[in-house]
Amino acid sequence: MSAREPAEITREMMRDITRSGTPEVALEITLNINGRSAVVAVEPDTPLLWAVRQTLGLTGTKFGCGIATCGACTVHLDGVPTRSCVVPVSAVGGRKIITIEGATGTVAAAVQSAWTSLDVPQCGYCQSGQVMAAIALLNATRAPTDAEIDTAMQGNICRCGSYPRIRAAIHAAAQALG
Amino acid sequence: MKRRTFLLAGLSTGSALFFGWSLLPPRQRLVSETLPDTPGGAIALNGWVTIAPDDTVTVVVPKSEMGQGIHTALAMLMAEELGCSWERVRVEHSPIDKIYGNIAAIVDGLPFTPDQDNALVRGVKWMTAKTMRELGVMMTGGSSSVRDCWMPMREAGASARVSLIAAAAARLGVDADTCHVDQGVVVCGTKRLRFGELVAEAVAHRPSHITLKSAAEFTMLGKSIPRLDSAAKSRGESIFGIDVKQEGLVYAAVAMSPTIGGSPSRFDADAAKRLPGVRAVVALSGSRYGDPAGVAVIADSWWRARQAVHALAVQWNAGPNATLSSATIMQQLRAAAATNDGLPFRAFGDAKAVVGSAPRAVHATYEAPYLAHATMEPMNATVLVRAGRAQVWTGTQVQGFARQAVAHITGVAEQNIDLHQQLLGGGFGRRLDVDYVAQAAAIAVALPGVPVQTIWSREDDMRNDFYRPAAVSQLSAAFDVNGRVTAVTSHSASQAPFKRYSNRVGFLLTEAGPDKTTAEGTWDQPYEFPALYSSHAEIDLPVPVGSWRSVGHSHHGFFVESFIDEMAAEAKQDPAAFRASLLQKHPRALAVLQLAVSKSDWGQPLAPAPDGQRRARGIALHASFASTVAEVAEVSVAQDGTIRVHRVVAAVDCGFPVNPNIIAQQVESAIIYGLSAALYGEITIEAGRVREGNFDAYRPLRISECPVIEAHIVPSMDVPSGIGEPALPPLAPAIANAIFALTGMRLRSLPLRMPKAGSST
Repeated sequence: MSAREPAEITREMMRDITRSGTPEVALEITLNINGRSAVVAVEPDTPLLWAVRQTLGLTGTKFGCGIATCGACTVHLDGVPTRSCVVPVSAVGGRKIITIEGATGTVAAAVQSAWTSLDVPQCGYCQSGQVMAAIALLNATRAPTDAEIDTAMQGNICRCGSYPRIRAAIHAAAQALG
Repeated sequence: MKRRTFLLAGLSTGSALFFGWSLLPPRQRLVSETLPDTPGGAIALNGWVTIAPDDTVTVVVPKSEMGQGIHTALAMLMAEELGCSWERVRVEHSPIDKIYGNIAAIVDGLPFTPDQDNALVRGVKWMTAKTMRELGVMMTGGSSSVRDCWMPMREAGASARVSLIAAAAARLGVDADTCHVDQGVVVCGTKRLRFGELVAEAVAHRPSHITLKSAAEFTMLGKSIPRLDSAAKSRGESIFGIDVKQEGLVYAAVAMSPTIGGSPSRFDADAAKRLPGVRAVVALSGSRYGDPAGVAVIADSWWRARQAVHALAVQWNAGPNATLSSATIMQQLRAAAATNDGLPFRAFGDAKAVVGSAPRAVHATYEAPYLAHATMEPMNATVLVRAGRAQVWTGTQVQGFARQAVAHITGVAEQNIDLHQQLLGGGFGRRLDVDYVAQAAAIAVALPGVPVQTIWSREDDMRNDFYRPAAVSQLSAAFDVNGRVTAVTSHSASQAPFKRYSNRVGFLLTEAGPDKTTAEGTWDQPYEFPALYSSHAEIDLPVPVGSWRSVGHSHHGFFVESFIDEMAAEAKQDPAAFRASLLQKHPRALAVLQLAVSKSDWGQPLAPAPDGQRRARGIALHASFASTVAEVAEVSVAQDGTIRVHRVVAAVDCGFPVNPNIIAQQVESAIIYGLSAALYGEITIEAGRVREGNFDAYRPLRISECPVIEAHIVPSMDVPSGIGEPALPPLAPAIANAIFALTGMRLRSLPLRMPKAGSST
């Protein structure tokens, strides 16, 4: 992912950011999130996750690891499942962000319905990320094989062990979608 | 289970609800001193249920929901006896009150086997239960929740039902015996009155006796009722501790000593305070609850707080443990297992002498490492301290201890602290500790009147855990000349997790005396041996230890069940048949074994794995938390030594299965959590520091590695027993035993790793 440099940042400010690792100046950054435009005033290196959770108050997207290894923070950027804990808000630009709160449409409904009827969640903490990853998979591949499920869901950890039901629910959702 | 009638002495006074709650006998668990919340005009009929005029039934749940489905199970217990409509049922966390204290977990924690049932044992159990009623320790742990609430929740439902019927009968002027309930309605002949329109009058009709349904009358219990929380969790709507919002909320990030027992020597508070949004820098001294010394930064967002923590550039005094390492700890434990006899937990038949003089004997030493819990939701708590009061929002397995910790840190009296229990993003025993609550309180004190949410990073969480203790066990078995087992001895060494825990939270009842968790899984198994000796050497080490899903059973299950397999090999018997021969006097355990054997096609040929490698089965059986689980694992080993688990067939006896679907879910859960530990789990200490900090180094199982799992439930009419943990202990030995069947190699150390070519086992 290439970080797009917002125009407002001067060369001098960037040097400062690079040197200290802690930007001094918050910027007003406009995000396209769940079909709406939202302005967040945060340092440009703030991970999208924290802007979404704390600045915008959308807490469905979860913090798990901070290094893109667990998938709890998965959102869609232009439809691509993305770990929001490592994407600086400054790099998002005008791309469409969809969080679990904005997951709508037939695929999302089929996934969430299968998740519910098969009782996939246990503690539920990782499930926003799991559901977002599954929606992206089914948007791209309408009848995924087990191997395709493995590949798509590999980055999403569940410590409660909902994996067998995640697999079954993805197959069930695929079937419901026809 | 038969119909049981209870006399509710003292409850028949007919007094209004809000009078005399505290005048009731202290040993009852029906009516609390603290009223449950009753929003929307709801009325509490006892401490476990409120009913609103619109017929909404709110089940008051004292147990923490951390994934195990307990809120659904408890609501089922209530709904079954109350006779309400399931569609109108919701759950709400209970306040802190003695009636919600966990009795089952502590009585089960006494060092007796199920076979030991004499006057003395019964006396000790009775006295412990009585003490626990007085102490009222709220705790979700020890796979005890359904057992603990099995009677009080159903009694509360039946009591409320009787009150509603009495109210209807009085209003209609008919005999209560002519009325019954049906889906939230009291039916008296042709008249039907909704619970919601009766509840206000029902309060005055306190029953003098109630009759619980017999199992034959159950309409909900025993059925796979869908979980109440699946839909909200699938939509990301459920609120965990980390999601709590409050007006004016600010956030704290922390730096904690990287070395166990260290403390900050210098930090640049000004550098942090210069950064945007920073509100305060707080030096942390740590507390008795186990939170370490460090420094916190409070800012208007967690990310800003986190950046400011880096800017502190904290320098540390390493403290006394700077040379501590896993290697030296394991040497210490090996030496203790070899030479320090420690505390005997069970001894009969002079087993040590039998082993010493046996014509044939098998000896083996087993080892297990420290393990982190690694809940998906990192530790966090939100605290507001203002004008002699405190509010706490957190997910905890011990509401009362959490409140005590806040009182201890802030100086606010317990009765002036409101604890708002949240959903837990995983528990596994980690949230039995309240270190993170104590720390959040210490941080919030710095900003009176402002709610402060303290959130740990994953690294904070993994390096500041209360770990499953590392352990070493020496096992020996003696055989006679005919190959029959004559004696088994088990001698292990580790830290004492429950004793250390009791010390942290100030739970005197379990602070002294033997720590059952150190040796559980060795002396309490259903196998019959002519002689048995089991002892444990408690070793004090600086590494913080606590309860990790299935606690002592988590490693002793691996040690003992692998060793049983070694004994079967020595006896030249099939591992399943060998176990069956030792279980003849334990029909319940034998039935579990036989179910696993039949469902797993034990003894039948197995197709090769997809990579062409051979597959083999291994079996293990383990009793824990009053339940018994047998598992058969199908395993192959890839060319590069990767261990692959293809299928696990589990058979469980957990008493009457309240909700078979949730039981199956917990079996899957324990197997997958156990598989992460069996294949990868290892926390290592180097130079006094925990090396692993995140999921890249402490690797959980991922979906592509997940086996097919089948859970088969033995039908039972016994009182429900544990299910959150019991499927974990047999998993690792079932895999190790399959690897032995496959390769002839015996892996005696966790995590399971095939030896590199050229090295010896």
